[in-house]
Amino acid sequence: MKWYEFLLHNRAEVFQRIIEHLGLVAASMAIALAIGLPVGIWLVQRAKWQRWVIGGANALQTIPSLALFGFLIPVPFIGGVGASTAIVALSLYALLPILRNTCIGILEVDPAVVESARGMGMTPRQVLWQVQLPLAAPVLLAGIRVATAMCIGVATVAAAIGAGGLGVFIFRGLAMVNNQVILAGAIPAAGIAIAVDSGLGYFQKSVGKR
Amino acid sequence: MTLPTDSLQDGYAILFQNATYRLPSGTPLISNLNLMVARGETLILLGRSGSGKTTTLKLINRLLDATEGEILIAGKPIHSLNPIELRRGIGYVIQDAGLFPHWSVGRNVGLVPKLHGWQDEKIKARVRDMLSLVGLPPEEFAERRPSGLSGGQKQRVGVARALAADPPILLMDEPFGALDPITRADLQREFRDLAARLHKTIVFVTHDVREALYLGTRIAVLDQGRLVGIYTPKEFLKASEPEIHAFAASLHSGAAGEGAQ
Repeated sequence: MKWYEFLLHNRAEVFQRIIEHLGLVAASMAIALAIGLPVGIWLVQRAKWQRWVIGGANALQTIPSLALFGFLIPVPFIGGVGASTAIVALSLYALLPILRNTCIGILEVDPAVVESARGMGMTPRQVLWQVQLPLAAPVLLAGIRVATAMCIGVATVAAAIGAGGLGVFIFRGLAMVNNQVILAGAIPAAGIAIAVDSGLGYFQKSVGKR
Repeated sequence: MTLPTDSLQDGYAILFQNATYRLPSGTPLISNLNLMVARGETLILLGRSGSGKTTTLKLINRLLDATEGEILIAGKPIHSLNPIELRRGIGYVIQDAGLFPHWSVGRNVGLVPKLHGWQDEKIKARVRDMLSLVGLPPEEFAERRPSGLSGGQKQRVGVARALAADPPILLMDEPFGALDPITRADLQREFRDLAARLHKTIVFVTHDVREALYLGTRIAVLDQGRLVGIYTPKEFLKASEPEIHAFAASLHSGAAGEGAQ
């Protein structure tokens, strides 16, 4: 049975796995954004902390994904087997590109523009929302794009700890020594990654042009 | 807060009383500055790079806060004023113009009126007036992005933006410093006419002696964070202090070549 025949035969399960996969990615990205954006903004004024926080996020990213999933299983509250552990791990991975690009994007805004904004009497909040964030948006979106693509890929590994998603087919194929079943998981995952990445890329470009 | 012009009737617009600004490390950038800026004059702050000109300017709109001494505007010590409100009442023009690249020229010019909460129609009318005032036809320029403007046009927009809410005080930090000599001469000439018409109190930072002599009512010379003296252009040319001599000499030798036209 070829991989596309497998997909057709198992339409209902494939659909379910895609939804699970997207759910994992959406939940992880939401958490990573909720933490990464404010912390990235907070870091802008704190040069000392930048090294530690970005360095720490960097270190997290060097942990192999399968190992990180494994480490998290025995951790109380957030650990265990299932989707919630996977979401914690994926969020940690997605955090670095978001955090770093938020901070760097804002730091790279022309200092003359920020100074004139302050000198004109904009409040720090107005400077952030009306000047710094809009001008940092292309860099920020680039970070979100990288994080999303990575999340979609790494989420396949989450099946190893029972979180579901398209990885289920990959692990099943490995167990069955059946390449076609592996492909039935890998190809849709790659397809989703490419589609989401080009969608965000288009959005990024249109924001950059403004 | 718009600083009301009539409250400046006690003669001076800005008064520095023993103002000192130190870095957190303790190094003073400005030491014991005593300086009076008269209402309606153009006071030039002249000095070499690192003499404290820009620091002095930023003390006025509280982008920096004096660590010792006091600065008064219209009789009020500025440390007692809300810095945001204070800045909205003071025009500010910097060398790179600092226009918001993601906003149209018109929106840039309307920034401070918008911060003051003016109505959109009033802002629009004001933006048209301001662009005309600085020689940029509004129908041609209001909708454009700053990236499409020449250096001289950007500075014109910068001046229009600073004047939009009609502040009694205008701070200018080498506004024409990055322009080519011909454009600079044009803008200097127009700005001199504008200043004479508008009766604003202007504090103008430059290291260009010709510009100082051409635009200044008085010239305050700074050196290493200290005030060397204040001179009218005539007095400046006759002054005997060595620091002034160095500047005056640069006029003839062309050593301060950036100013030569």
